[in-house]
Amino acid sequence: MSEENRLNAHNVTLAYGERLIIDDLSVSIPDGKVTVIIGPNACGKSTLLRALARLLKPQAGEVMLDGVEIGKIPTRKVAKRLGLLPQTPIAPQGILVSDLVSRGRTPHQSAFQQWSEVDEEAVLDAMQATQTLDLADRRIEELSGGQRQRVWIAMALAQQTELLLLDEPTTFLDLPHQIEVLNLVRKLNRQQGRTIVVVLHDLNLACRYADHIVAMREGAIVEQGVPKNVITVDVMLRVFGLKCDVITDHLSGTPMVVPAVEDYI
Amino acid sequence: MSDLAKTRVSNAYIWRRNFFSVRLDPRTIWASLALLIAVLIVAIWSISAGDFPMSIADIFASFLGEGQKSHDFVIFKLRLPRLLTGLAVGAAFGMSGAIFQSLARNPLASPDIIGFNSGAALGAVIMIISFGATGFMVAVGAVTGGLLTAILVFVLSWKGGLNPYRLVLVGIGIGFTVYAGVSFLMTRTDIFYAAAAQHWLTGTLNARIWRDVYMTWLGFGLLAPLALGLQMSLNRLEMGDDMARALGIRINIVRSLMALIGVLMVSMAVAGAGPIGFVSLVAGPIARRLTLSSGACLGGAALVGALVLIGADLMGRVAFAAQLPAGVFTAVIGAPFLLWLLATQIRKGAM
Amino acid sequence: MNLTTSTSATDDLRGDVAANRLAERNKLMSPVGHRRMLRVVGFFCLLGLLGLTIIASLSIGARTIAFGVVLEALWQFNGDLVEHLVVQDLRLPRTIIGIVVGASLAVSGVLMQAITRNPLADPGLLGVNAGASFAVILAIWLLGITSITGLVWFSFFGAGFVSILVYMLGSMGRGAATPVRLALAGAALSALLYALTNSILLTNQKVLDVFRFWNVGSLLGGNYNILLELSPFIIIGMLVSLIAASSLNAMALGDDAAKALGTKLMLTRILTLLGVTLLCGASVAIAGPIGFIGLVIPHAARFWCGPDQRWLIFYALLLGPIVLIISDIVGRVILPPGEVQVGIMTALIGGPLFVWIVRKMRMAQL
Repeated sequence: MSEENRLNAHNVTLAYGERLIIDDLSVSIPDGKVTVIIGPNACGKSTLLRALARLLKPQAGEVMLDGVEIGKIPTRKVAKRLGLLPQTPIAPQGILVSDLVSRGRTPHQSAFQQWSEVDEEAVLDAMQATQTLDLADRRIEELSGGQRQRVWIAMALAQQTELLLLDEPTTFLDLPHQIEVLNLVRKLNRQQGRTIVVVLHDLNLACRYADHIVAMREGAIVEQGVPKNVITVDVMLRVFGLKCDVITDHLSGTPMVVPAVEDYI
Repeated sequence: MSDLAKTRVSNAYIWRRNFFSVRLDPRTIWASLALLIAVLIVAIWSISAGDFPMSIADIFASFLGEGQKSHDFVIFKLRLPRLLTGLAVGAAFGMSGAIFQSLARNPLASPDIIGFNSGAALGAVIMIISFGATGFMVAVGAVTGGLLTAILVFVLSWKGGLNPYRLVLVGIGIGFTVYAGVSFLMTRTDIFYAAAAQHWLTGTLNARIWRDVYMTWLGFGLLAPLALGLQMSLNRLEMGDDMARALGIRINIVRSLMALIGVLMVSMAVAGAGPIGFVSLVAGPIARRLTLSSGACLGGAALVGALVLIGADLMGRVAFAAQLPAGVFTAVIGAPFLLWLLATQIRKGAM
Repeated sequence: MNLTTSTSATDDLRGDVAANRLAERNKLMSPVGHRRMLRVVGFFCLLGLLGLTIIASLSIGARTIAFGVVLEALWQFNGDLVEHLVVQDLRLPRTIIGIVVGASLAVSGVLMQAITRNPLADPGLLGVNAGASFAVILAIWLLGITSITGLVWFSFFGAGFVSILVYMLGSMGRGAATPVRLALAGAALSALLYALTNSILLTNQKVLDVFRFWNVGSLLGGNYNILLELSPFIIIGMLVSLIAASSLNAMALGDDAAKALGTKLMLTRILTLLGVTLLCGASVAIAGPIGFIGLVIPHAARFWCGPDQRWLIFYALLLGPIVLIISDIVGRVILPPGEVQVGIMTALIGGPLFVWIVRKMRMAQL
């Protein structure tokens, strides 16, 4: 684990009230890479993501952004460097798509600078990248689940942060749209060098798009590294309790999980 | 560099100059203009109407310094102070209502619900019933009572942060308790004092003087720009705490500041005209629907509040032989308006 | 295919140690059966508490009556003894009315919050109190009625009429009455009626003099006759509420999910509102507008028994009378020789209690 990375968690303990979710966990997010967090439901993936985005204050340990404890950096400064798309964001009633995406510019705006040229460019870029420009004048309630998800991602993109944390951005999407979103993630990473952390449930897509995979179980990291080293028969059993075989995806050369066939005899 | 341009992402217009830019939404502008004109019409009407009617020509003559003595007296000593106080008080009620509705993410929230009005009522009723106070001292009692109650509510609902849900629930609990004090005093006193208290509790713009105008406009003039400056952050709060913080909003600071501004605005308004609760309940929803705004529309709510209050005052003065306080008619005007909006919006399927 | 299960010892340890630590610190969630047991025990505790409250209500007052004498008055009534008369003619009716009114208000509060999906909703939101007040004012003003008992039917029908009107206004236009529409329509109409009420009060001091006493709510004015006359409505209201309650759990999940679970939305809504109208209308008619119970008891009940509507109703059914009767008892003795009306006392006692509960609750995001 190298200390040169921008975003690190040192021995964090995370809890909601009395309920302990993660105990004494350390992780370092590799710069300029796509990191995918996998693990069974309720293993603390989202909680870890919230802590990395300073939305949850650790009970012990600390999250460091650029060498400074994240809770000590002014919120607006953090928001210019690090963006987060929560799992279930709330859309204000009756808001137009263009307005919602524009809200991603919040940390860059003030009462005196409500809409700069940069804002305009950023929002246009974000909407073009997510193909939501045609939806600009629609109300968010009128959109399908997939369209809505793309709008939210557009909003997170418009924030133009070097670090971007996405909590299950592909839920509600069909396979082509999932691929589309993840291609977009990769493009942002490869072309603009953004560091991206994604929580994903689809293991095969995780293998394809991740540079670095973190596998979690019950609030602890079981294994991390390049997909080839993490996605193994052995790790899958320990993380998910899943009996499977791991073969090679002949298109991308990444590992591919094939669940075992259950015999009902 | 200074220009007005249309953005390519929405139908809003942008006015830019150096490091300064303003975003203008056409629908908001039209709605605000229409409201302003309506306010102006009602304002002129309410100066001309009353026991001593005057033509518009008379009014203009007086404003240009060429009017009759009697006209000057009625306008500058009686009706103008009353009107101007009404405008500031109505705007303050409307804006604070919109603030609390947005903070609580609940269309039923209003300053009443965090217990402010109950506290103000108790303060005023104690002054009236126990000390036989009238006029300014009643207002002092009201503001003291309201602020003390609001502080109590804030302290009791702070628990590592200001959860809006807890704030509103604590406010209701304290509000009910405090109001029980009002009811208690009302049943334990002479009918004469009870009637005076009931009159004050309804809210009125009767017999306002220039001192009231200065006080209310000073308060509103100081608080409104602060509220408008924080409007953007307030609207981000409606997207949930996580999202708002991810966008760089300091949620506890914004929430506390906005609540403070809201409370100060109401206390100023209550001091100016008594607890006219309904204005703060209807102004927010009406403004939101007129401007089709996706967040709290504080400016619009202020305009609607002003319009409803001076309209109610006008109605109270001319509709019946006996002059009734404005507080009675705010609901008579505001309620059908809200119902009509509800009906039309429902047809459009916007709710 | 070789599906191996062997793992390196250290890796295994890491996962398991973490899991054990978590399990230890979180003390595994109670199993369902355990939770149900707690609820049943809680229910019987409340039942016992209600019993104690009733006994207290019969013996405490301007004249304290020993428990034995109370029992005698109930089972071996002797019309010559003053203490027996006090128990039979004054305290018993008052206590029974307290039970009925407290239960009605609390249950209708639960229903109202469930159907509007708004924790700030109370029965008054349906316009019940405003309608009753307005009808009472008209009766005092136009017909010159001054006795509280004479106002019963006016307030009952005023309440019923206005709540129907609110429902109609809320369901104008396309589709059914959604919670938000209902809430706003109720708030608007209530405000309108209160304004009219106020305008009469302000121009007529005599009306104010009668109204200010009706308005605080009291268990005193009532007697058996009123209760008997209104009992069919209350019984029907209770039955309807209990029938509707079983569907309210599904309703809480949202309209679509409720439909998918086989709930008849329209029917449930109408039944619920009918229940609220009957229960509240009757309570207001008997004891005047007692606002606090309907809003606060549901929160208190939810704090103890969780969000299951069926349990919630039963808890509210007991908590409502307990709080109301205790308030009434305190009101009798706090300022001798006079009494403080129960509407005032419920707020004075219930308010701080409610704030305490709110501070204990773990807040979800609204």
